[in-house]
Amino acid sequence: MGRYVIRRLLQMIPVFFGATLLIFLMVNVMGDPIAGLCGERQCDPATATQLRKEFGLDKPLWQQYATYMGNVFTGDFGTAFNGQEVTELMASAFPVTVRLTIVAILFEIVIGITLGVVTGLRRGRPIDTGVLLLTLVVISVPTFVTGLLLQLLLGVEWGWISPSVSTEAPFDELIVPGLVLASVSLAYVTRLTRTSIAENRRADYVRTAIAKGLPRRRVITRHLLRNSLIPVVTFIGTDIGALMGGAIVTERIFNIHGVGYQLYQGILRQNTQTVVGFVTILVLVFLVANLLVDLLYAVLDPRIRYA
Amino acid sequence: MPEPMPPEPHISGGDRAAEDGAIAATGLDGTMDLAAQEGESLEKRLDAPESGPEGKPRSLWSDAWRDLRRNPVFIISGLAILFLVFISLWPGSIASGNPLQCDLSKAQEGSQPGAPFGYNGQGCNVYTRTVYGARVSVTVGVCATLGVAILGSVLGGLAGFFGGAGDAVLSRITDIFFAIPVVLGGLVLLSVVTSSTVWPVIGFMVLLGWPQISRIARGSVITTRQNDYVQAARALGASNSRMLLRHIMPNAIAPVIVVATIALGTYISLEATLSYLGVGLKPPTVSWGIDISSASQYIRTAPHALLWPAGALAVTVLAFIMLGDAVRDALDPKLR
Repeated sequence: MGRYVIRRLLQMIPVFFGATLLIFLMVNVMGDPIAGLCGERQCDPATATQLRKEFGLDKPLWQQYATYMGNVFTGDFGTAFNGQEVTELMASAFPVTVRLTIVAILFEIVIGITLGVVTGLRRGRPIDTGVLLLTLVVISVPTFVTGLLLQLLLGVEWGWISPSVSTEAPFDELIVPGLVLASVSLAYVTRLTRTSIAENRRADYVRTAIAKGLPRRRVITRHLLRNSLIPVVTFIGTDIGALMGGAIVTERIFNIHGVGYQLYQGILRQNTQTVVGFVTILVLVFLVANLLVDLLYAVLDPRIRYA
Repeated sequence: MPEPMPPEPHISGGDRAAEDGAIAATGLDGTMDLAAQEGESLEKRLDAPESGPEGKPRSLWSDAWRDLRRNPVFIISGLAILFLVFISLWPGSIASGNPLQCDLSKAQEGSQPGAPFGYNGQGCNVYTRTVYGARVSVTVGVCATLGVAILGSVLGGLAGFFGGAGDAVLSRITDIFFAIPVVLGGLVLLSVVTSSTVWPVIGFMVLLGWPQISRIARGSVITTRQNDYVQAARALGASNSRMLLRHIMPNAIAPVIVVATIALGTYISLEATLSYLGVGLKPPTVSWGIDISSASQYIRTAPHALLWPAGALAVTVLAFIMLGDAVRDALDPKLR
């Protein structure tokens, strides 16, 4: 186990540097950050040169990247061009997005797995067909349309929720945005659980459990569900990173001041430090979530042993 | 889980992605001519690389085609896609007027003769714009999918076939691309583009989409490579290119086709999302994403201007996902 974790951690290193370098290059292709600093006006050439020197932007790109990464490892994510520390922005933005992601994941687990189990056990019945059609519709409607429609119906027409989320973004205000963020993955989780349950329902160990006279509830929760959840756990684990990065759209619709909002602002204002810093953290989250999923396999399936 | 530790996590990654697109089987009866034509052309294209001996009457593709012809999901989605292709080629045939000709005095008006879907916030005819908007969505979807499928299957196929250092490097590169959220990459890359054509958007999708197909193609080629007939061809002295083109490709391409078809729907959806965020296509291009984005400002007073393009978008994405689903059911021998 220990050796496996170390090997995986070593494998993560090139991916981490590759992904951050890629985003670093993309952001630098994006345009001159100094031009962004001057806003809509033309920059004074002398000031621009001086600023470039100050921020180290006159050095070659690889040197900028090396300096940046060196600083990141000492916890210095640099300063946004409005003078605010990027770490400060992160401290205000990440808790919000983490809360949003938690709500979304809870929706995926509770609704997705429940629907998947129900339909998987009743394959071919009307409820199965109905839920399947519903998941297809949810997958086909883009998230921003789902979000706008729910905002219109629940927030504006019926007044159940406030159409935009306050700056503190407590959990109860994030329920509907979390549902919107989760919607597409929710449909996938339902389908995945359904397929997995339907496959395993005919397995020998389930028949044995039923033959032993175990109550149906116990057969389903202890035997069937535990074995069927492995692909679902994989999906949900890889989805954590995707949800946090994909929250841009949801956060924009519901005016949530989280990671997506900061990234959107950063990109619009060509604020390279903010963008690269936030993406670095997102990449880390993605990699760690993937590692944890692989380790969870061993917990869920005792047959898997990592050498 | 068969073995303690999968030696190549990327193969399982590919399977996983294929499973994500997993959509259920349906099996009722029914036929229709238009879909049959489309399927026929599909079959011809798929059959081209097939070189089975004449004595073997049924190939995977002819079996799949027999299944597809009887699948109502395939027929309905095929018809919907044919209709979409038709209106994107000749939008004028079902919609009169110019999508760019707007009359502010009619802004936000509801349904009326000549404008069954009403008018949007700028007084443009929503029906005309929705019909004309199909073109960019279909163009982006088809071109991006073709680019992704060709680039991904060539790179992934070669890596899977030859293995070695190139394979290791390619696998790490795909890992890197998977770590970057797609919408985020789109925002960063496309925020500098000022061109209002569809090509930057397509280019971006190919750039960030190929690793998905590459993983699947790689896994599929590795599985196929171990088959006896490939070993036999190698023993008979077949060249690498002959083995790849004549023996491996026809047998390894099915998962790529399935995933690419489902991905086509998601690319259309992604284009609309990017346009909504203001970095995808830009006016005066007529696109569902742009229309939904501009209609969202008037959502309280004129929701119809949002609902029609959104509905068209959803139906289009649904049609491609269902088509991919039907093709997957037909091509998966395990379900037979």
